[in-house]
Amino acid sequence: MTESKIKVDHLTKVFFKKHSSVAAIKDISLDIKEGEFVCLLGPSGCGKTTLLRILAGLEKPSTGEYTIAPGKENKPLQSMIFQEQGVIPWMTVENNVSFGLRMRHAPKDELKERTEYYLDKVGLTEFRHLYPSEISGGMKQRVSIARAFANDPEILLMDEPFAALDEQNKFILQEELLSIWEETHKTVVFITHSIDEALLLSDRIFLMSAQPGTITREKKIDLPRPRNIEMVRSNPKMGEEFVDIWQHLQEAVLEKRH
Amino acid sequence: MEKSISTYKMTQSESVEQQLWKKSVRRNRAFKALTIASPILLLIIWEILSRTAMIDPRFFPPPSLIILEFFHLGATGQLFHHVGISLYRIVGGFFLGVIPAIIIGLLMGMYLPVRYTLQPLVMALMPIPTLALMPIIIIVFGINDISKMVTIAGSVFFPVLINTVAGVTNIDRIYLDIAKNYGAKSKDYFFKIALPGALPMMMEGIQMGQAIALLTIVAAEMIGANSGIGYLIWTKYKTFVLKDMYVGLVLISFFGYFFSLLLRGLQRKLIPWQKS
Repeated sequence: MTESKIKVDHLTKVFFKKHSSVAAIKDISLDIKEGEFVCLLGPSGCGKTTLLRILAGLEKPSTGEYTIAPGKENKPLQSMIFQEQGVIPWMTVENNVSFGLRMRHAPKDELKERTEYYLDKVGLTEFRHLYPSEISGGMKQRVSIARAFANDPEILLMDEPFAALDEQNKFILQEELLSIWEETHKTVVFITHSIDEALLLSDRIFLMSAQPGTITREKKIDLPRPRNIEMVRSNPKMGEEFVDIWQHLQEAVLEKRH
Repeated sequence: MEKSISTYKMTQSESVEQQLWKKSVRRNRAFKALTIASPILLLIIWEILSRTAMIDPRFFPPPSLIILEFFHLGATGQLFHHVGISLYRIVGGFFLGVIPAIIIGLLMGMYLPVRYTLQPLVMALMPIPTLALMPIIIIVFGINDISKMVTIAGSVFFPVLINTVAGVTNIDRIYLDIAKNYGAKSKDYFFKIALPGALPMMMEGIQMGQAIALLTIVAAEMIGANSGIGYLIWTKYKTFVLKDMYVGLVLISFFGYFFSLLLRGLQRKLIPWQKS
Protein backbone atom coordinates (compact mmCIF):
# COMPACT_ATOMS: atom_id res chain seq x y z
CA MET A 1 0.00 0.00 0.00
CA THR A 2 2.97 2.34 0.25
CA GLU A 3 4.47 2.12 -3.25
CA SER A 4 3.80 5.10 -5.44
CA LYS A 5 1.20 4.69 -8.15
CA ILE A 6 1.22 8.05 -9.89
CA LYS A 7 4.34 10.17 -10.14
CA VAL A 8 4.03 13.65 -11.56
CA ASP A 9 7.32 15.36 -12.15
CA HIS A 10 7.55 19.14 -12.70
CA LEU A 11 4.59 19.22 -15.04
CA THR A 12 3.87 22.48 -16.85
CA LYS A 13 1.23 23.21 -19.47
CA VAL A 14 1.16 26.45 -21.40
CA PHE A 15 -1.61 27.31 -23.85
CA PHE A 16 -0.09 29.31 -26.66
CA LYS A 17 -1.95 31.68 -28.95
CA LYS A 18 -0.75 34.23 -31.45
CA HIS A 19 -0.51 37.16 -29.09
CA SER A 20 -0.63 35.59 -25.68
CA SER A 21 0.22 32.52 -23.74
CA VAL A 22 -1.34 31.28 -20.52
CA ALA A 23 0.29 28.91 -18.11
CA ALA A 24 -2.54 26.65 -17.00
CA ILE A 25 -0.40 24.67 -14.59
CA LYS A 26 3.17 25.30 -13.54
CA ASP A 27 5.77 23.00 -12.16
CA ILE A 28 3.45 20.54 -10.49
CA SER A 29 4.98 17.53 -8.76
CA LEU A 30 2.92 14.85 -7.04
CA ASP A 31 3.50 11.44 -5.63
CA ILE A 32 0.30 9.47 -5.13
CA LYS A 33 0.41 6.11 -3.45
CA GLU A 34 -1.31 2.90 -4.45
CA GLY A 35 -4.87 2.86 -3.15
CA GLU A 36 -4.94 6.51 -2.16
CA PHE A 37 -7.99 8.72 -2.69
CA VAL A 38 -6.63 12.15 -3.53
CA CYS A 39 -8.54 15.37 -4.18
CA LEU A 40 -7.29 18.35 -6.10
CA LEU A 41 -9.14 21.30 -4.64
CA GLY A 42 -9.09 24.78 -6.05
CA PRO A 43 -11.13 27.63 -7.52
CA SER A 44 -12.34 27.39 -11.12
CA GLY A 45 -9.63 28.24 -13.60
CA CYS A 46 -6.80 26.94 -11.43
CA GLY A 47 -5.78 24.37 -14.00
CA LYS A 48 -6.96 21.33 -12.09
CA THR A 49 -8.92 20.05 -15.07
CA THR A 50 -5.85 20.55 -17.28
CA LEU A 51 -3.79 18.42 -14.92
CA LEU A 52 -6.42 15.69 -14.96
CA ARG A 53 -6.75 15.80 -18.76
CA ILE A 54 -2.99 15.29 -19.02
CA LEU A 55 -3.18 12.25 -16.73
CA ALA A 56 -6.12 11.03 -18.85
CA GLY A 57 -4.03 11.22 -22.01
CA LEU A 58 -6.30 13.87 -23.54
CA GLU A 59 -3.73 16.64 -23.40
CA LYS A 60 0.07 16.65 -23.72
CA PRO A 61 2.18 18.46 -21.13
CA SER A 62 4.45 21.26 -22.37
CA THR A 63 7.32 20.18 -20.15
CA GLY A 64 7.78 17.69 -17.37
CA GLU A 65 6.53 14.16 -17.25
CA TYR A 66 4.32 11.73 -15.38
CA THR A 67 4.11 8.00 -14.93
CA ILE A 68 1.29 5.73 -13.90
CA ALA A 69 2.61 2.43 -12.63
CA PRO A 70 1.21 -0.39 -14.77
CA GLY A 71 -0.38 -3.41 -13.10
CA LYS A 72 0.47 -7.05 -13.64
CA GLU A 73 -2.49 -7.91 -15.83
CA ASN A 74 -3.56 -6.48 -19.14
CA LYS A 75 -5.59 -3.69 -17.57
CA PRO A 76 -6.07 -0.16 -18.90
CA LEU A 77 -3.96 2.40 -17.06
CA GLN A 78 -6.69 4.91 -16.33
CA SER A 79 -10.36 5.68 -16.85
CA MET A 80 -12.02 9.02 -16.41
CA ILE A 81 -15.37 9.96 -14.96
CA PHE A 82 -16.40 13.08 -16.82
CA GLN A 83 -18.53 16.05 -15.83
CA GLU A 84 -22.29 15.91 -16.26
CA GLN A 85 -22.51 15.41 -20.05
CA GLY A 86 -20.21 12.40 -19.99
CA VAL A 87 -22.60 9.66 -21.09
CA ILE A 88 -23.00 8.94 -24.77
CA PRO A 89 -26.58 9.78 -25.79
CA TRP A 90 -26.91 7.17 -28.54
CA MET A 91 -25.99 4.25 -26.34
CA THR A 92 -28.28 2.62 -23.82
CA VAL A 93 -27.38 2.68 -20.13
CA GLU A 94 -26.00 -0.83 -20.47
CA ASN A 95 -23.92 -0.06 -23.56
CA ASN A 96 -22.53 3.04 -21.88
CA VAL A 97 -21.44 0.99 -18.89
CA SER A 98 -19.80 -1.68 -21.05
CA PHE A 99 -18.23 0.89 -23.40
CA GLY A 100 -14.64 0.62 -22.12
CA LEU A 101 -14.79 -3.17 -21.99
CA ARG A 102 -16.10 -3.30 -25.54
CA MET A 103 -13.45 -0.88 -26.80
CA ARG A 104 -10.66 -3.03 -25.41
CA HIS A 105 -12.33 -6.23 -26.63
CA ALA A 106 -12.65 -7.82 -23.21
CA PRO A 107 -13.70 -11.50 -23.24
CA LYS A 108 -17.49 -11.92 -23.54
CA ASP A 109 -18.10 -13.47 -20.13
CA GLU A 110 -15.94 -10.87 -18.38
CA LEU A 111 -17.78 -8.10 -20.23
CA LYS A 112 -21.17 -9.45 -19.24
CA GLU A 113 -20.20 -10.14 -15.66
CA ARG A 114 -18.56 -6.79 -14.97
CA THR A 115 -21.30 -4.82 -16.72
CA GLU A 116 -24.01 -6.56 -14.74
CA TYR A 117 -22.13 -6.27 -11.48
CA TYR A 118 -21.70 -2.51 -11.74
CA LEU A 119 -25.17 -1.90 -13.19
CA ASP A 120 -26.43 -3.58 -10.05
CA LYS A 121 -23.98 -1.67 -7.82
CA VAL A 122 -25.32 1.70 -8.98
CA GLY A 123 -28.92 0.45 -8.98
CA LEU A 124 -29.55 0.80 -12.71
CA THR A 125 -30.25 -2.81 -13.65
CA GLU A 126 -33.90 -2.14 -14.36
CA PHE A 127 -33.04 0.94 -16.45
CA ARG A 128 -30.37 -0.79 -18.52
CA HIS A 129 -32.26 -0.54 -21.80
CA LEU A 130 -33.09 3.16 -21.47
CA TYR A 131 -31.24 5.97 -23.23
CA PRO A 132 -29.55 8.79 -21.27
CA SER A 133 -32.24 11.26 -22.39
CA GLU A 134 -34.77 9.14 -20.49
CA ILE A 135 -33.00 9.16 -17.12
CA SER A 136 -32.20 11.84 -14.52
CA GLY A 137 -28.92 13.70 -14.03
CA GLY A 138 -28.07 11.65 -10.95
CA MET A 139 -28.65 8.43 -12.85
CA LYS A 140 -26.43 9.64 -15.68
CA GLN A 141 -23.58 10.19 -13.24
CA ARG A 142 -24.17 6.69 -11.88
CA VAL A 143 -23.74 5.42 -15.44
CA SER A 144 -20.43 7.31 -15.67
CA ILE A 145 -19.24 5.83 -12.38
CA ALA A 146 -20.27 2.32 -13.37
CA ARG A 147 -18.54 2.66 -16.74
CA ALA A 148 -15.24 3.68 -15.14
CA PHE A 149 -15.28 0.94 -12.48
CA ALA A 150 -16.42 -1.73 -14.96
CA ASN A 151 -13.43 -0.90 -17.16
CA ASP A 152 -11.20 -1.99 -14.26
CA PRO A 153 -8.37 0.52 -14.77
CA GLU A 154 -5.24 0.91 -12.66
CA ILE A 155 -6.31 4.39 -11.54
CA LEU A 156 -9.52 6.41 -11.70
CA LEU A 157 -9.67 10.08 -12.67
CA MET A 158 -12.75 12.08 -11.73
CA ASP A 159 -13.46 15.52 -13.10
CA GLU A 160 -16.00 17.20 -10.77
CA PRO A 161 -18.50 14.42 -11.44
CA PHE A 162 -21.10 15.76 -9.02
CA ALA A 163 -20.78 19.50 -9.70
CA ALA A 164 -24.03 19.73 -11.66
CA LEU A 165 -26.19 17.75 -9.24
CA ASP A 166 -28.50 19.14 -6.59
CA GLU A 167 -27.27 18.96 -3.01
CA GLN A 168 -29.27 15.90 -1.89
CA ASN A 169 -28.33 13.88 -4.95
CA LYS A 170 -24.73 14.93 -4.49
CA PHE A 171 -24.58 13.55 -0.92
CA ILE A 172 -26.18 10.30 -1.99
CA LEU A 173 -23.84 9.81 -4.92
CA GLN A 174 -20.76 10.70 -2.89
CA GLU A 175 -21.58 7.97 -0.41
CA GLU A 176 -22.37 5.51 -3.18
CA LEU A 177 -19.04 6.30 -4.80
CA LEU A 178 -17.25 5.70 -1.50
CA SER A 179 -18.96 2.37 -0.94
CA ILE A 180 -18.09 1.14 -4.45
CA TRP A 181 -14.55 2.40 -4.02
CA GLU A 182 -14.12 0.61 -0.65
CA GLU A 183 -14.48 -2.72 -2.51
CA THR A 184 -11.52 -2.18 -4.80
CA HIS A 185 -9.48 0.61 -3.20
CA LYS A 186 -8.25 1.79 -6.56
CA THR A 187 -6.08 4.88 -6.67
CA VAL A 188 -8.29 7.91 -7.34
CA VAL A 189 -7.53 11.46 -8.39
CA PHE A 190 -10.65 13.51 -7.85
CA ILE A 191 -11.13 17.13 -8.85
CA THR A 192 -13.49 19.39 -7.00
CA HIS A 193 -14.10 22.94 -5.90
CA SER A 194 -16.25 21.79 -2.98
CA ILE A 195 -14.43 21.70 0.36
CA ASP A 196 -17.06 19.41 1.92
CA GLU A 197 -16.68 16.97 -0.91
CA ALA A 198 -12.90 16.93 -0.58
CA LEU A 199 -13.11 16.37 3.19
CA LEU A 200 -15.58 13.53 2.80
CA LEU A 201 -13.73 11.66 0.08
CA SER A 202 -10.00 12.19 0.43
CA ASP A 203 -7.07 10.62 2.13
CA ARG A 204 -5.09 13.62 1.00
CA ILE A 205 -6.13 17.00 -0.35
CA PHE A 206 -3.91 19.11 -2.59
CA LEU A 207 -4.86 22.76 -2.51
CA MET A 208 -4.29 24.65 -5.73
CA SER A 209 -3.88 28.31 -6.53
CA ALA A 210 -4.85 29.87 -9.81
CA GLN A 211 -2.96 31.26 -12.81
CA PRO A 212 -0.62 29.63 -13.08
CA GLY A 213 -2.01 26.60 -11.31
CA THR A 214 0.36 25.36 -8.67
CA ILE A 215 -0.04 23.18 -5.62
CA THR A 216 0.26 25.36 -2.57
CA ARG A 217 -0.52 22.99 0.24
CA GLU A 218 -1.19 19.41 1.10
CA LYS A 219 -3.49 18.10 3.81
CA LYS A 220 -3.90 14.65 5.22
CA ILE A 221 -7.46 13.71 6.19
CA ASP A 222 -7.33 10.84 8.65
CA LEU A 223 -11.03 10.46 9.35
CA PRO A 224 -11.66 6.71 9.67
CA ARG A 225 -13.47 4.89 6.86
CA PRO A 226 -16.16 4.01 5.97
CA ARG A 227 -17.25 7.62 6.10
CA ASN A 228 -20.50 9.43 5.55
CA ILE A 229 -21.56 13.03 5.35
CA GLU A 230 -22.88 13.14 8.94
CA MET A 231 -19.45 12.13 10.24
CA VAL A 232 -17.78 14.97 8.41
CA ARG A 233 -20.40 17.49 9.48
CA SER A 234 -20.41 16.50 13.15
CA ASN A 235 -16.66 16.15 13.56
CA PRO A 236 -15.25 19.37 15.13
CA LYS A 237 -11.82 18.70 13.69
CA MET A 238 -13.27 18.57 10.21
CA GLY A 239 -14.94 21.90 10.97
CA GLU A 240 -11.55 23.39 11.71
CA GLU A 241 -10.12 21.85 8.56
CA PHE A 242 -12.97 23.38 6.58
CA VAL A 243 -12.24 26.85 7.91
CA ASP A 244 -8.52 26.43 7.36
CA ILE A 245 -8.99 25.35 3.75
CA TRP A 246 -11.54 28.07 3.15
CA GLN A 247 -9.21 30.77 4.40
CA HIS A 248 -6.46 29.44 2.23
CA LEU A 249 -8.63 29.34 -0.89
CA GLN A 250 -10.09 32.74 -0.13
CA GLU A 251 -6.59 34.19 -0.15
CA ALA A 252 -5.90 32.50 -3.45
CA VAL A 253 -9.09 33.83 -5.02
CA LEU A 254 -8.64 37.36 -3.69
CA GLU A 255 -5.01 37.44 -4.73
CA LYS A 256 -6.09 36.73 -8.28
CA ARG A 257 -8.48 39.63 -8.20
CA HIS A 258 -5.83 42.20 -7.26
CA MET B 1 -47.92 8.35 -5.42
CA GLU B 2 -50.07 7.67 -8.44
CA LYS B 3 -53.48 6.25 -7.79
CA SER B 4 -55.89 4.70 -10.18
CA ILE B 5 -58.97 6.92 -10.31
CA SER B 6 -61.43 4.23 -11.31
CA THR B 7 -61.45 2.62 -7.87
CA TYR B 8 -61.23 5.81 -5.98
CA LYS B 9 -63.61 8.59 -4.98
CA MET B 10 -62.19 11.80 -6.33
CA THR B 11 -61.47 14.81 -4.18
CA GLN B 12 -62.72 18.18 -5.32
CA SER B 13 -59.31 19.27 -6.59
CA GLU B 14 -59.02 16.09 -8.57
CA SER B 15 -62.36 16.58 -10.26
CA VAL B 16 -61.41 20.16 -11.14
CA GLU B 17 -58.25 18.83 -12.74
CA GLN B 18 -60.26 16.12 -14.48
CA GLN B 19 -62.47 18.76 -16.11
CA LEU B 20 -59.39 20.63 -17.31
CA TRP B 21 -57.90 17.43 -18.62
CA LYS B 22 -61.07 16.56 -20.53
CA LYS B 23 -61.05 20.03 -21.99
CA SER B 24 -57.50 19.64 -23.27
CA VAL B 25 -58.38 16.27 -24.80
CA ARG B 26 -61.30 17.92 -26.62
CA ARG B 27 -59.02 20.71 -27.83
CA ASN B 28 -56.49 18.24 -29.23
CA ARG B 29 -59.28 16.42 -31.02
CA ALA B 30 -60.46 19.68 -32.54
CA PHE B 31 -56.96 20.44 -33.82
CA LYS B 32 -56.72 17.00 -35.42
CA ALA B 33 -60.09 17.60 -37.09
CA LEU B 34 -58.79 20.90 -38.50
CA THR B 35 -55.80 19.13 -40.03
CA ILE B 36 -58.09 16.69 -41.79
CA ALA B 37 -60.72 19.26 -42.71
CA SER B 38 -58.53 21.89 -44.35
CA PRO B 39 -57.54 19.94 -47.50
CA ILE B 40 -61.09 18.58 -47.86
CA LEU B 41 -62.50 22.08 -47.60
CA LEU B 42 -60.10 23.31 -50.26
CA LEU B 43 -61.20 20.50 -52.61
CA ILE B 44 -64.88 21.31 -52.02
CA ILE B 45 -64.34 24.99 -52.79
CA TRP B 46 -62.38 24.07 -55.91
CA GLU B 47 -65.17 21.69 -56.99
CA ILE B 48 -67.86 24.35 -56.55
CA LEU B 49 -65.88 27.11 -58.25
CA SER B 50 -65.07 24.86 -61.18
CA ARG B 51 -68.62 23.45 -61.55
CA THR B 52 -70.14 26.92 -61.51
CA ALA B 53 -67.45 28.07 -63.97
CA MET B 54 -66.28 30.79 -61.63
CA ILE B 55 -62.83 29.48 -62.45
CA ASP B 56 -62.24 28.17 -65.96
CA PRO B 57 -62.95 24.40 -65.84
CA ARG B 58 -60.70 23.90 -68.87
CA PHE B 59 -57.70 24.89 -66.78
CA PHE B 60 -59.02 23.85 -63.40
CA PRO B 61 -61.20 20.78 -63.89
CA PRO B 62 -63.24 19.82 -60.81
CA PRO B 63 -61.47 17.38 -58.46
CA SER B 64 -64.19 14.78 -58.87
CA LEU B 65 -63.41 14.57 -62.57
CA ILE B 66 -59.71 14.30 -61.83
CA ILE B 67 -60.40 11.39 -59.49
CA LEU B 68 -62.56 9.70 -62.14
CA GLU B 69 -59.79 10.24 -64.67
CA PHE B 70 -57.35 8.68 -62.24
CA PHE B 71 -59.36 5.45 -62.19
CA HIS B 72 -59.84 5.62 -65.93
CA LEU B 73 -56.09 5.94 -66.55
CA GLY B 74 -55.46 3.29 -63.94
CA ALA B 75 -57.81 0.87 -65.69
CA THR B 76 -55.96 1.20 -69.01
CA GLY B 77 -52.73 0.26 -67.30
CA GLN B 78 -50.69 3.12 -68.74
CA LEU B 79 -50.69 4.90 -65.38
CA PHE B 80 -48.95 2.02 -63.64
CA HIS B 81 -46.37 1.92 -66.36
CA HIS B 82 -45.50 5.60 -65.86
CA VAL B 83 -45.61 5.43 -62.07
CA GLY B 84 -43.53 2.27 -61.96
CA ILE B 85 -40.82 3.64 -64.20
CA SER B 86 -40.65 6.91 -62.24
CA LEU B 87 -40.43 5.14 -58.90
CA TYR B 88 -37.66 2.95 -60.26
CA ARG B 89 -35.69 6.03 -61.30
CA ILE B 90 -36.38 7.88 -58.06
CA VAL B 91 -35.36 5.03 -55.79
CA GLY B 92 -32.30 4.19 -57.88
CA GLY B 93 -31.18 7.81 -58.14
CA PHE B 94 -31.88 8.44 -54.48
CA PHE B 95 -29.58 5.66 -53.30
CA LEU B 96 -27.01 6.53 -55.95
CA GLY B 97 -26.82 9.98 -54.37
CA VAL B 98 -27.34 9.24 -50.69
CA ILE B 99 -24.83 6.43 -50.18
CA PRO B 100 -21.74 8.24 -51.51
CA ALA B 101 -22.92 11.45 -49.79
CA ILE B 102 -22.98 9.70 -46.40
CA ILE B 103 -19.58 8.04 -46.88
CA ILE B 104 -17.84 11.16 -48.19
CA GLY B 105 -19.64 13.31 -45.60
CA LEU B 106 -18.43 11.15 -42.72
CA LEU B 107 -14.88 11.17 -44.08
CA MET B 108 -14.98 14.96 -44.52
CA GLY B 109 -16.35 15.39 -41.03
CA MET B 110 -13.76 13.15 -39.41
CA TYR B 111 -10.56 13.82 -41.31
CA LEU B 112 -9.39 17.41 -41.72
CA PRO B 113 -7.18 16.76 -44.78
CA VAL B 114 -10.19 15.24 -46.58
CA ARG B 115 -12.36 18.16 -45.53
CA TYR B 116 -9.92 20.83 -46.66
CA THR B 117 -9.35 19.07 -49.97
CA LEU B 118 -12.99 18.50 -50.88
CA GLN B 119 -14.60 21.59 -49.32
CA PRO B 120 -13.78 23.97 -52.23
CA LEU B 121 -14.96 21.43 -54.80
CA VAL B 122 -18.24 20.93 -52.96
CA MET B 123 -18.79 24.66 -52.62
CA ALA B 124 -18.08 25.23 -56.33
CA LEU B 125 -20.21 22.35 -57.61
CA MET B 126 -23.17 22.71 -55.29
CA PRO B 127 -24.75 25.83 -56.87
CA ILE B 128 -24.87 24.24 -60.35
CA PRO B 129 -28.37 22.84 -60.90
CA THR B 130 -28.02 19.22 -61.95
CA LEU B 131 -30.86 19.78 -64.40
CA ALA B 132 -28.69 22.25 -66.28
CA LEU B 133 -26.19 19.44 -66.71
CA MET B 134 -28.80 17.11 -68.16
CA PRO B 135 -27.67 17.57 -71.78
CA ILE B 136 -24.14 16.53 -70.77
CA ILE B 137 -25.48 13.67 -68.67
CA ILE B 138 -27.55 12.44 -71.60
CA ILE B 139 -24.54 12.66 -73.92
CA VAL B 140 -22.50 10.59 -71.49
CA PHE B 141 -25.12 8.06 -70.35
CA GLY B 142 -27.64 8.16 -73.17
CA ILE B 143 -31.42 8.67 -73.08
CA ASN B 144 -32.19 5.96 -70.56
CA ASP B 145 -32.98 5.31 -66.91
CA ILE B 146 -29.34 5.66 -65.90
CA SER B 147 -29.16 9.28 -67.02
CA LYS B 148 -32.31 10.07 -64.97
CA MET B 149 -30.84 8.34 -61.94
CA VAL B 150 -27.56 10.22 -62.28
CA THR B 151 -29.46 13.50 -62.47
CA ILE B 152 -31.44 12.69 -59.34
CA ALA B 153 -28.32 11.45 -57.56
CA GLY B 154 -26.57 14.73 -58.35
CA SER B 155 -29.38 16.74 -56.78
CA VAL B 156 -29.73 14.53 -53.73
CA PHE B 157 -26.00 14.29 -53.09
CA PHE B 158 -25.30 17.81 -51.83
CA PRO B 159 -27.92 18.36 -49.11
CA VAL B 160 -27.13 14.95 -47.65
CA LEU B 161 -23.38 15.59 -47.83
CA ILE B 162 -23.58 19.03 -46.23
CA ASN B 163 -25.81 17.78 -43.42
CA THR B 164 -23.61 14.77 -42.77
CA VAL B 165 -20.48 16.93 -42.48
CA ALA B 166 -22.30 19.34 -40.17
CA GLY B 167 -23.63 16.39 -38.18
CA VAL B 168 -20.13 15.07 -37.53
CA THR B 169 -18.53 18.44 -36.78
CA ASN B 170 -21.31 19.31 -34.34
CA ILE B 171 -20.77 16.21 -32.21
CA ASP B 172 -19.93 17.44 -28.72
CA ARG B 173 -16.18 17.23 -28.08
CA ILE B 174 -16.74 15.39 -24.82
CA TYR B 175 -17.88 12.26 -26.68
CA LEU B 176 -14.60 12.25 -28.60
CA ASP B 177 -12.76 12.60 -25.29
CA ILE B 178 -14.70 9.68 -23.80
CA ALA B 179 -13.95 7.52 -26.82
CA LYS B 180 -10.26 8.39 -26.65
CA ASN B 181 -10.04 7.91 -22.90
CA TYR B 182 -11.69 4.51 -23.13
CA GLY B 183 -9.35 3.37 -25.88
CA ALA B 184 -11.49 3.61 -29.03
CA LYS B 185 -9.67 2.76 -32.27
CA SER B 186 -10.38 4.74 -35.44
CA LYS B 187 -12.86 2.11 -36.62
CA ASP B 188 -14.75 2.56 -33.34
CA TYR B 189 -14.72 6.34 -33.76
CA PHE B 190 -16.29 5.92 -37.16
CA PHE B 191 -19.05 3.46 -36.24
CA LYS B 192 -19.67 4.18 -32.56
CA ILE B 193 -19.24 7.97 -32.43
CA ALA B 194 -19.24 9.73 -35.82
CA LEU B 195 -21.98 7.73 -37.55
CA PRO B 196 -24.58 7.65 -34.77
CA GLY B 197 -23.67 11.18 -33.65
CA ALA B 198 -24.24 12.55 -37.14
CA LEU B 199 -27.35 10.46 -37.78
CA PRO B 200 -30.01 12.98 -36.67
CA MET B 201 -28.72 15.74 -38.98
CA MET B 202 -28.01 13.20 -41.70
CA MET B 203 -31.64 12.09 -41.65
CA GLU B 204 -32.78 15.70 -42.02
CA GLY B 205 -30.56 15.94 -45.09
CA ILE B 206 -32.02 12.72 -46.47
CA GLN B 207 -35.52 14.08 -45.88
CA MET B 208 -34.56 17.16 -47.89
CA GLY B 209 -32.93 14.98 -50.56
CA GLN B 210 -36.13 13.00 -50.93
CA ALA B 211 -38.12 16.13 -51.74
CA ILE B 212 -35.45 17.26 -54.21
CA ALA B 213 -35.48 13.82 -55.88
CA LEU B 214 -39.18 14.24 -56.69
CA LEU B 215 -38.70 17.75 -58.04
CA THR B 216 -35.83 16.52 -60.16
CA ILE B 217 -37.52 13.44 -61.63
CA VAL B 218 -40.48 15.44 -62.93
CA ALA B 219 -38.25 18.02 -64.56
CA ALA B 220 -35.84 15.41 -65.90
CA GLU B 221 -38.64 13.37 -67.45
CA MET B 222 -40.03 16.50 -69.08
CA ILE B 223 -36.72 17.13 -70.85
CA GLY B 224 -35.54 13.81 -72.18
CA ALA B 225 -37.83 10.86 -71.66
CA ASN B 226 -40.68 8.93 -73.20
CA SER B 227 -42.12 7.53 -70.01
CA GLY B 228 -42.65 8.42 -66.36
CA ILE B 229 -44.88 10.77 -64.39
CA GLY B 230 -42.99 13.85 -65.60
CA TYR B 231 -43.41 12.73 -69.20
CA LEU B 232 -47.13 12.13 -68.55
CA ILE B 233 -47.58 15.63 -67.10
CA TRP B 234 -45.70 17.25 -69.96
CA THR B 235 -47.39 15.43 -72.86
CA LYS B 236 -50.86 15.83 -71.39
CA TYR B 237 -50.17 19.52 -70.96
CA LYS B 238 -48.99 19.84 -74.57
CA THR B 239 -52.05 17.99 -75.85
CA PHE B 240 -54.24 20.04 -73.52
CA VAL B 241 -55.67 17.07 -71.61
CA LEU B 242 -55.39 18.93 -68.35
CA LYS B 243 -57.41 16.41 -66.33
CA ASP B 244 -54.66 13.88 -66.98
CA MET B 245 -51.99 16.41 -66.20
CA TYR B 246 -53.57 16.96 -62.80
CA VAL B 247 -53.56 13.23 -62.18
CA GLY B 248 -49.78 13.36 -62.62
CA LEU B 249 -49.43 16.30 -60.26
CA VAL B 250 -51.56 14.65 -57.60
CA LEU B 251 -49.46 11.50 -57.86
CA ILE B 252 -46.27 13.47 -57.27
CA SER B 253 -47.85 15.12 -54.25
CA PHE B 254 -48.95 11.73 -52.96
CA PHE B 255 -45.50 10.19 -53.33
CA GLY B 256 -43.87 13.16 -51.63
CA TYR B 257 -46.16 12.70 -48.66
CA PHE B 258 -45.71 8.94 -48.65
CA PHE B 259 -41.90 9.12 -48.74
CA SER B 260 -41.88 11.72 -45.96
CA LEU B 261 -43.92 9.43 -43.71
CA LEU B 262 -41.69 6.50 -44.62
CA LEU B 263 -38.53 8.44 -43.74
CA ARG B 264 -40.02 9.75 -40.48
CA GLY B 265 -40.78 6.17 -39.53
CA LEU B 266 -37.26 5.13 -40.45
CA GLN B 267 -35.91 8.05 -38.42
CA ARG B 268 -37.73 6.88 -35.30
CA LYS B 269 -36.34 3.38 -35.82
CA LEU B 270 -32.77 4.51 -36.46
CA ILE B 271 -32.60 7.21 -33.79
CA PRO B 272 -34.41 5.73 -30.79
CA TRP B 273 -32.46 7.95 -28.38
CA GLN B 274 -33.96 11.13 -29.75
CA LYS B 275 -36.88 12.55 -27.84
CA SER B 276 -39.68 13.32 -30.27
